[in-house]
Amino acid sequence: MGSPLRIVNGRVYDPANGVDGAVRDVCIRDGEIVVDVPPDAKRIDATGMVVMPGGIDIHCHIAGPKVNLARKVQPENHYGDVQLRTRLTRSGTGGTVPSTFATGYRYAALGYTTAMEAAVTPLGARHALEELHDTPVIDKGFYVLVGNSVLLYRLLHEGRREEFRHALAWWLNATKAYAPKLVNPGADELWKGYRNANVTSLDDKIGALDLTPRRVIAAFIEAANELGLPHPVHIHCNNLGHSGNFETTLETMRLAEGRRAHIAHIQFHSYGAAAAKSQSNPTSRARDIVEFINAHPNISADVGAVMFGRSTIMTADAPLAYMLRRFGTGKWVNADTENESGCGIVPFIYQDRVYTNALQWAIGLELLLCSADPWRVVFSTDHPNGGSFMSYPRLIRLLMDREFRKEQMARVNQKALNQSGLRDCQEREYTLSEIAIITRAGPARLLGLAAKGHLGVGADADVTIYEEDANKEKMFSAPRYVIKDGELAIEDHEFRVSREGRTLQVAPEYDRGIEQVLEPFFEDFYTVRFANYPVDERYAPHAQIIPTAPQAATSPAGSAPR
Amino acid sequence: MGENLKTVTDVTCTFCGCLCDDIALTVDLEQKRITKAENACVLGRAWFKEHGVEQRPFALIGGREATTEEGVEEAAQILARARFPLIYGLSDTTCEAQRVAVALADMIGGVVDSTSSVCHGPSVIAFQRTGKSTASLGEIKNRADMVVFWGGNPAEAHPRLFTRYAVTPKGMEVPRGRKDRTVVIVDVRRTPSTPAADIFIQVKPASDFEVLWALRALLKGRKVDPAIEQKTGVSLTVLEDLVARMKSCRYGAFLFGMGLTMNRGRHFNAGALLALATDLNEFTHWVALPVRGHGNVTGADNVIAWQTGYPFGVNFSRGYPRFNPGEFSAVDLLARGEADAALIVSSDPAANFPKAAIEQFGRIPVITLDPKVTPTTQLARVAFTTATYGVNVSGTAYRIDDVAITLRPAFESPYPSDEQVLTAILDRVRALLGGNRLPPGAPAVAPAPAP
Amino acid sequence: MKLISGRSSKQGTALSAGKLGPAYAEVSSTVEMNVEDMARLGLKNGGKVRLRTPVGEVVLRCKGRDTKDLPQGLLFMAYGPSSSQLLASDTAASGMPLSKNLEVEVEPVPDEAGP
Repeated sequence: MGSPLRIVNGRVYDPANGVDGAVRDVCIRDGEIVVDVPPDAKRIDATGMVVMPGGIDIHCHIAGPKVNLARKVQPENHYGDVQLRTRLTRSGTGGTVPSTFATGYRYAALGYTTAMEAAVTPLGARHALEELHDTPVIDKGFYVLVGNSVLLYRLLHEGRREEFRHALAWWLNATKAYAPKLVNPGADELWKGYRNANVTSLDDKIGALDLTPRRVIAAFIEAANELGLPHPVHIHCNNLGHSGNFETTLETMRLAEGRRAHIAHIQFHSYGAAAAKSQSNPTSRARDIVEFINAHPNISADVGAVMFGRSTIMTADAPLAYMLRRFGTGKWVNADTENESGCGIVPFIYQDRVYTNALQWAIGLELLLCSADPWRVVFSTDHPNGGSFMSYPRLIRLLMDREFRKEQMARVNQKALNQSGLRDCQEREYTLSEIAIITRAGPARLLGLAAKGHLGVGADADVTIYEEDANKEKMFSAPRYVIKDGELAIEDHEFRVSREGRTLQVAPEYDRGIEQVLEPFFEDFYTVRFANYPVDERYAPHAQIIPTAPQAATSPAGSAPR
Repeated sequence: MGENLKTVTDVTCTFCGCLCDDIALTVDLEQKRITKAENACVLGRAWFKEHGVEQRPFALIGGREATTEEGVEEAAQILARARFPLIYGLSDTTCEAQRVAVALADMIGGVVDSTSSVCHGPSVIAFQRTGKSTASLGEIKNRADMVVFWGGNPAEAHPRLFTRYAVTPKGMEVPRGRKDRTVVIVDVRRTPSTPAADIFIQVKPASDFEVLWALRALLKGRKVDPAIEQKTGVSLTVLEDLVARMKSCRYGAFLFGMGLTMNRGRHFNAGALLALATDLNEFTHWVALPVRGHGNVTGADNVIAWQTGYPFGVNFSRGYPRFNPGEFSAVDLLARGEADAALIVSSDPAANFPKAAIEQFGRIPVITLDPKVTPTTQLARVAFTTATYGVNVSGTAYRIDDVAITLRPAFESPYPSDEQVLTAILDRVRALLGGNRLPPGAPAVAPAPAP
Repeated sequence: MKLISGRSSKQGTALSAGKLGPAYAEVSSTVEMNVEDMARLGLKNGGKVRLRTPVGEVVLRCKGRDTKDLPQGLLFMAYGPSSSQLLASDTAASGMPLSKNLEVEVEPVPDEAGP
């Protein structure tokens, strides 16, 4: 855990504890923030520097079956971006889908200390954990794809809500996941079983079952809240990427009826229909979406901003990837997982002159700039879907630097810009404190990670120290120090130690009797034996179980320390 | 037979890439051998029956008996001295061992390659060019009403592919099993697999690409010259009938073998098949899977890919991973005489590589890890006896459809696992080199990457 | 003639038993040949035949197969030390040596020669 440390003279941004740029010391011992350390403790002089909790990525794609397929399918993505080994660190390759070691080092080198992989099939959990085990420095966890589970659907179809909840809890335990994830609920059955069809509305019938996406989503929101999960159900809504989808998004959020729900990469779900019948281009409805969220404290979202350049579309939403394959760089991957999920991958390039891409870029910024509560509309690019996590410093500059933003706005497709509401909110500049909220304190609170995202006594000593710079992209690109669990992982921009971080999990309680309900289905329809399906503890050697507890439905905006 | 019997259920057979995980073993603990393997196929039964514990030295150094520790020291000295070592094999060991093997290659600046390069490597290269539509085996079991086997002989190489996954099993959307499926087999010869087919299409040798391309053309409504029959041995009528069936099924699956990848055209053949499956998705749902041989060759692809970005044949000599099949793949490196030492993990290249590649093994120090004596262990400078994965050692293996399974060992072996031996070698090499070896001119510390 | 090397279940079970055992030696030293080709070459089941490529040659026992199973001009053998002797190491920039449809010269061997 490293020797005691005292960070002196830095400007501290710790919004969860109401600290907004005050110059004060931060003391660290045994991996935790403490009140004080002995006078002979190692000192870091942070004069002229900004001290923040380590960054937390609430939604990214960094490990597991689909990520590895995306890595494998694009050798060209790695050739120009290599990670040299050092005496201490492993080599790797980058691009939009870096190798595991490169992923860990690069997150750390941006000042991030936690990242959540947002979509793993239950059957792929073992694989995801193996990759996370090889992702150094950062803490990590993953959301498990349960929203198209045939077995869970059958329980819902038969009205067995109690058993449904127990089964969901069993699945979270069996896979060592952090949260349940829904992706385009209902679509997999149509995609795989009905000649590549897709869901178009919340009231579509799901195959032969007496079930609709609406009922599925409501049931998961309810069950996740009943289980008291630290992070509620994480929802990738239906109709992602389609013109006019904002109405589906609003309807989905309404289904929460005051209970907690998190909407993923909401930028991709904020599109209006064409402005006129004669046109085919979508428009922005970011304002409708953000106003709804502003008014509903039970709802949170990450933005899923789009950044221009290379990306890789990788999603459990297989019909979406199929639709996008015509716009990609020529490769398409589809991968079906029995009884659980689909998956699609399309290498992609966002171009500032292309109407749709420019509109997506503008909507991401519009959502962030119009949001009234930075604690609930938090930062993401849905890495690497909207852009690589390596573009985060640039996105931060776009939020903090009005003049830079205006320059960039002048370069993009102007028709698209005019269809967005970005000009209406273009005067706003994010403060350092607000950046600390959307990249640290907010995600930590939404994830229910009480010891992360802040620098109060008892917090995990995950700390990032940036040298102040007028150019915020430069500033956030290369912190001078990164402290992970109380150890200087990066000192003077160089790696000093490389240890594996923790694997964050939940372990909600359930009635063991549920296994008798599940096992016969496995016997009939799975090709992995029920006894061989759950992942054992060897796959998460540094596990931390975040407890379940009754959760408040709302978190007051900008609230004081907990 | 000893009295001390135990049964172990839900064991995974690691003989082939099907990784059937429903085997019930009866183990004679006294004699340390498996006496019965219920549910296993003929290959699996032989695999389990023959992997008892043999009385063999822990290690042989230059043919002389040695301890594992002595072997580790000798192996580490060889690898630390080598300038361009090859680490090869890896398809019959756990992912845990594979991870250490890649770390070792990275540390010393060598090459890591798996048996993929001489098996479905071309399918992987094809995948890198076109992508693919694929599925876990359970989807095929549950949904596939049309299955096309191309260039393979599962009845002899993957027997339970037919009975557990793709031909006879009853599934959710194919409740009557075999009766609900149309099974097509395409091959150059009749094999024991052929009787399983509703439609057997015998193509002339080395004309798979032409047949696949003609199917793509027909699918897109193009005209195909009836002379295709002279070239391929398959009439236009048969091709048109096949296309009509492919378009009208609900869920189709290709399962293809090395008849495509080891043949003239290699990755073009595999690519043509993957492209056909992709094209078919315009009409209905289609997937394609390579049918892979060794128990965990798919794991080797996955581990090497997540650690380096590339699936096999990765060269670390410049301090970062580089990929160029044909240049950094094992056969080529050896045949050109470039590798100056070789660490072979659970594989027997001396029995199946081209002659010129095998000859290089005679000129360089070779280190082997294997539970059995093989032509490769016989020519090794250091030969470790290791425990058998899936029989004595737990760990992870990946099925041909990329599904990871945890292995359940049946009984303990006195021999160390591949992972243990490799970890000991890695630790010792690290001590000898003082950390990762840096290529000339490389910075000693990692600058944080520039944006 | 064209040689295909591949897997067979005998090869599979024999390799578990041990690559230095008699079963493996037998499967990896047998080649399957079309019966009409065998007649043309004056070969009987179990007769010896030499296969030659530009890189090497091996002597194997042959075993007849009907035309419907194995067309004329085609040979099949299990992967192993014998097939290795015939493989060229040129992988055409793929990593994969060509091991199906290998062009081989075939010549009967009088019984006293060979293994």
